[in-house]
Amino acid sequence: MEALSFLMQGLSVAMDPMLLLYALIGVTLGTAVGVLPGIGPALTVALLLPVTYGHDPAGSLIMFAGIYYGGMYGGSTTSILLNTPGESASIITALEGNKMARAGRGGPALATAAIGSFIAGLIATLALAFLAPYVVKVALAFGPRDYFALMCLSFITVSSAFGDSARKGLISLFIGLSLALVGIDQLTGQARLAFGVPQLLDGIEVTTLAVAMFALGEAFFVAGNRATGDDQVIAIKGSVWMTAQDWARSWKAWLRGTVIGFPIGALPAGGAEIGTFLSYAAEKRLSKHPEEFGNGAIEGVAGPEAANNASAAGTLVPLLTLGLPTSATAAIMLAGFQQFGLQPGPLLFVTNPQLVWGLIASLLIANCMLLVLNLPLIGLWVRLLTIPKPWLYAGIMVFATLGTIGANPSPVELAMLLIFGLMGYLMRVHGYPIAPVVVGLILGPMAEQQLRRALSIAQGDVLTLVGSPLSATLLAFSVLALVVPMVLRMRGKGQMLSQLAAEED
Amino acid sequence: MSGYNPSQRRPDGAALAMAGLLAVLGGVILWDAARLHQTGGYSGVGPGDVARWIGYALLALAVWSGVAAFRETPVRPPRQDAVSVLWVAGGLGAQILLLNTAGFAIATGLLFAFTARGFGKRNLALTIPVGIIFALVVYLVFAGLLKLTLPAGPLEHLFLGK
Repeated sequence: MEALSFLMQGLSVAMDPMLLLYALIGVTLGTAVGVLPGIGPALTVALLLPVTYGHDPAGSLIMFAGIYYGGMYGGSTTSILLNTPGESASIITALEGNKMARAGRGGPALATAAIGSFIAGLIATLALAFLAPYVVKVALAFGPRDYFALMCLSFITVSSAFGDSARKGLISLFIGLSLALVGIDQLTGQARLAFGVPQLLDGIEVTTLAVAMFALGEAFFVAGNRATGDDQVIAIKGSVWMTAQDWARSWKAWLRGTVIGFPIGALPAGGAEIGTFLSYAAEKRLSKHPEEFGNGAIEGVAGPEAANNASAAGTLVPLLTLGLPTSATAAIMLAGFQQFGLQPGPLLFVTNPQLVWGLIASLLIANCMLLVLNLPLIGLWVRLLTIPKPWLYAGIMVFATLGTIGANPSPVELAMLLIFGLMGYLMRVHGYPIAPVVVGLILGPMAEQQLRRALSIAQGDVLTLVGSPLSATLLAFSVLALVVPMVLRMRGKGQMLSQLAAEED
Repeated sequence: MSGYNPSQRRPDGAALAMAGLLAVLGGVILWDAARLHQTGGYSGVGPGDVARWIGYALLALAVWSGVAAFRETPVRPPRQDAVSVLWVAGGLGAQILLLNTAGFAIATGLLFAFTARGFGKRNLALTIPVGIIFALVVYLVFAGLLKLTLPAGPLEHLFLGK
């Protein structure tokens, strides 16, 4: 049980008062952005990257992970009380949760979401701790070609396997890959696509792109769609506490949601929301009260909320052990690691075990903090929803630009922010997914490096790319992930896929 | 054969525009890759090769988009309120222009007010002062306490006294 002793070591690291403070700040911020519609955890971490530069790496990373977990808790509040999901992984929760709130059962809906999130987060974080050492052992044997194949799989699943059009997903991905070309080539030092502009030699900052596309793009989009009427916050009536029957109906849904959500997060399939859809479908099929679905069935809140927290923990498996982000938030967290000169992957477990295990252990602590923040203090968060939209978005714009100004107050950088913001807006209007652009920008240079390394080892022999069983299998899966959904769509079965569309978190 | 003739319908303008943009982007990347000095080393793949593949992929996607514009039923995007979007974008523009002369608080205060205008708070005489005070508080917290370097103007010097 080496994982257990590592975890104990990690707990002793994470108990440091400063790190506890970072975790508390992270989960509080995370809950707040989860509650507020329009801003999600990916964006918040991106905003904080420049602010944390020069602070303690362990503390900052713990804070980022806390924001990720907190966002998953907070999103349910908005879904249940406002019928507007706070972040994309809570869309499903709005279906049943809002109906429950309208029927005066908002309290139990919030409670089953919070307790389900807690249980799922706890189990999934433990699963992460026990699984990580095994994945690390496997990953140590990975060569450049295997990494390249893994990234290809990641590209395809993030961009085109889900959503309503493979074409639009691939276009988004290749826009990201094109942006990744800008700057100095890592292997030969030649400038690509810089056009003599010195600010472009460093390449396009991940944080600038992420903030522009997620925050500014969303703000433009909401401004453009303002015609739709204001939403009504439903007051919580009656008891917050769940009845014995609620408990009896919830606990199985929590566990099933966890079992569904964790592997979905861990696979390079992008996004926590896919697990929530599958969990909802499973609960609907297995329920003894199918007639309640659509009218406020508690299982329909408990299962998906557990699933989205479990997949948040699942996402950390490939991120920490392979350095492979499978969601937008994970991609931004990878940028956070790199900002501190750390490269997640099997080597990080060897060179910096204290940091990795401290991070994993602190997630267990963060989870407990979140339960306290979200059950007794729920009334405070609900008040955030009463901020009028003009003030809310004006504030979001100030903080969105603050990060970029703090990192690099040049007009060129800010102009890029504006241009990418408008690009994100137009992409939203015309139904192009955003996450593939960010994933392409982050993974593009890594994939190129691994590819060129693999070819160097084989002295230019292209067949080396399918030369190991692992890389051949992964590439075969990538082709399947590209072709099978396209065939399904052609046969008119695309509706299910577009429902599974991976969005930003 | 089934009497369906795609050319009778108007093509999807958005998809056509996307096809054009992708073609231009692909062309620029190919042009840039062609002028790179190729040093493939052992791999036989130099800095220009990966760029060239991406360029070709973009051209292929441009063709795909162009074909789709004529064959797929266009999805009408939701109606957009352009004036509101322009107010928010204009706020950012004002911030970029004023940042290094007027300082963080005034430039960001204008961004705040213009954004609020885009979301329906029309009274700029109220929102600009509120925005400047808000941005000044943000400045004092982030530059003063968290040591973030933000451009200072007359207002900031007044408060931090430099």
